[in-house]
Amino acid sequence: MRLVMSGEDMSRVLRRIAHEIIEKNRGVSNLVVVGIRTRGGPLAERLAALLEEIEATKVPSGIVDIGMYRDDIDTRPHIELGPTEVPGDLDGSTVVLVDDVLFTGRTIRAALDALADMGRAAVVQLAVIVDRGHRELPIRADFVGKNLPTSHNEHVTVLVAEIDGEDGVWIEGSDDEGSDR
Amino acid sequence: MKHMLTMEGVDRPTLDSLLNDADEFFEVMHRPIPKVPALRGKTVATMFFEPSTRTKLSFERAAKALSADILSFSPGTSSLKKGESLKDTVLTVKAMGADLMVVRHSSTGAAWRVAEWTGLPVVNGGDGCHQHPTQALLDSLTLRQHFGSLEGLRIAIVGDIRHSRVARSDVWAFSTLGAGVTLIAPPTLLPPDMTGWPAAARTDFDEVLDEFDAIYLLRVQAERGGASVFPSVAEYRERFGMTDARFNRLKPDTIVLHPGPMIRGIEIDSGPADDPRCKVLSQVTNGVAVRMAVLFQLLGGTREHE
Repeated sequence: MRLVMSGEDMSRVLRRIAHEIIEKNRGVSNLVVVGIRTRGGPLAERLAALLEEIEATKVPSGIVDIGMYRDDIDTRPHIELGPTEVPGDLDGSTVVLVDDVLFTGRTIRAALDALADMGRAAVVQLAVIVDRGHRELPIRADFVGKNLPTSHNEHVTVLVAEIDGEDGVWIEGSDDEGSDR
Repeated sequence: MKHMLTMEGVDRPTLDSLLNDADEFFEVMHRPIPKVPALRGKTVATMFFEPSTRTKLSFERAAKALSADILSFSPGTSSLKKGESLKDTVLTVKAMGADLMVVRHSSTGAAWRVAEWTGLPVVNGGDGCHQHPTQALLDSLTLRQHFGSLEGLRIAIVGDIRHSRVARSDVWAFSTLGAGVTLIAPPTLLPPDMTGWPAAARTDFDEVLDEFDAIYLLRVQAERGGASVFPSVAEYRERFGMTDARFNRLKPDTIVLHPGPMIRGIEIDSGPADDPRCKVLSQVTNGVAVRMAVLFQLLGGTREHE
């Protein structure tokens, strides 16, 4: 197992992404930051807090569970559903979707379907801590913490203090498919 | 979990997991678009060989909200009238592409036989006087929503226990979730042998009226002989009905549940039936949510991992 991003690196990355979000959207008006359960949740909250700190404007955040939107429920063990909490109606807002790892793109596809059921966002952008490649769908991130070339059978783990007790990104060789599910 | 046939022996983690998923489906039902694509491409067959309004509609509503397709079977209009057997009927529906069957039948164990014959996941939608597991789940969800947990609750189930598949399912779910259950009925409407039931029994309702957090009223089931073992409807109402007088003697925070259909004037009077502390309509809504959870878990990936 190899550390590829320390807790400090992660803080800097989040701060940079916050600035990039503000630059791209010329501010934070109409912005909603929505994390993908599980680890995208706290990351979205942190990004919302950083945006608020930089722009001195309240930025709402939420969390979306994609369990009902997967395309592989036949072939994977049942994962208990978690709450989906999105602030208000997404109609007309700019949604920044947040996840820890971007891998095949299937999680993001499911999250986009889930968001569509909660209103018609004007724009959806994607922010991830790590993009490890191996896309199976035409999906890309707008904001990337780190591009991490990996082989398909390596395992990328993003630890988040709110859930795991510490921040950090680790990579290990394994037969598993990855941590972005 | 391969089937949902009985509540007996279902463990706490399984119940918790179903109720937790049901909470999320409850949220889905209250969205502007109350539909998710979870079971797109799956076909749910509702095989009701016995009359039903709410259970059949509830399963079909649940399947539709999960984007599944439905094959809906009712005996009245079917080839059963021409003499087709239960086995041939379910195999025919399987051959049309059903991925799961919900079975209601007047014979105990029918759902098990259908599971055996078809090899499909089966949900027991009520078999005779035996089991009705999704009813127990929706009752448990209703209690959990109201009280936060069933742990330590005292629940009375009142009425025709003997002929009740609802009681036979509820006692297991409620007790596994930590509640204490008391069955209240005249001796003729208690089960002849209560060995192994996780519940106490009483025959005098008025004596214990104020001891419960929830009162679960059952329907007197004339079609299963429930009326014949009691002298008269008036006497039943007199001793076991939720009359206005009895309702007023309950603890002020006691809630009343009923599986429906309610027969007003027998097991419940209109006053209590229309009171906000009567949770019948919440039970109906929760029925859709728990059935979504059951269909979702049975048609999800868990099968291959057991």
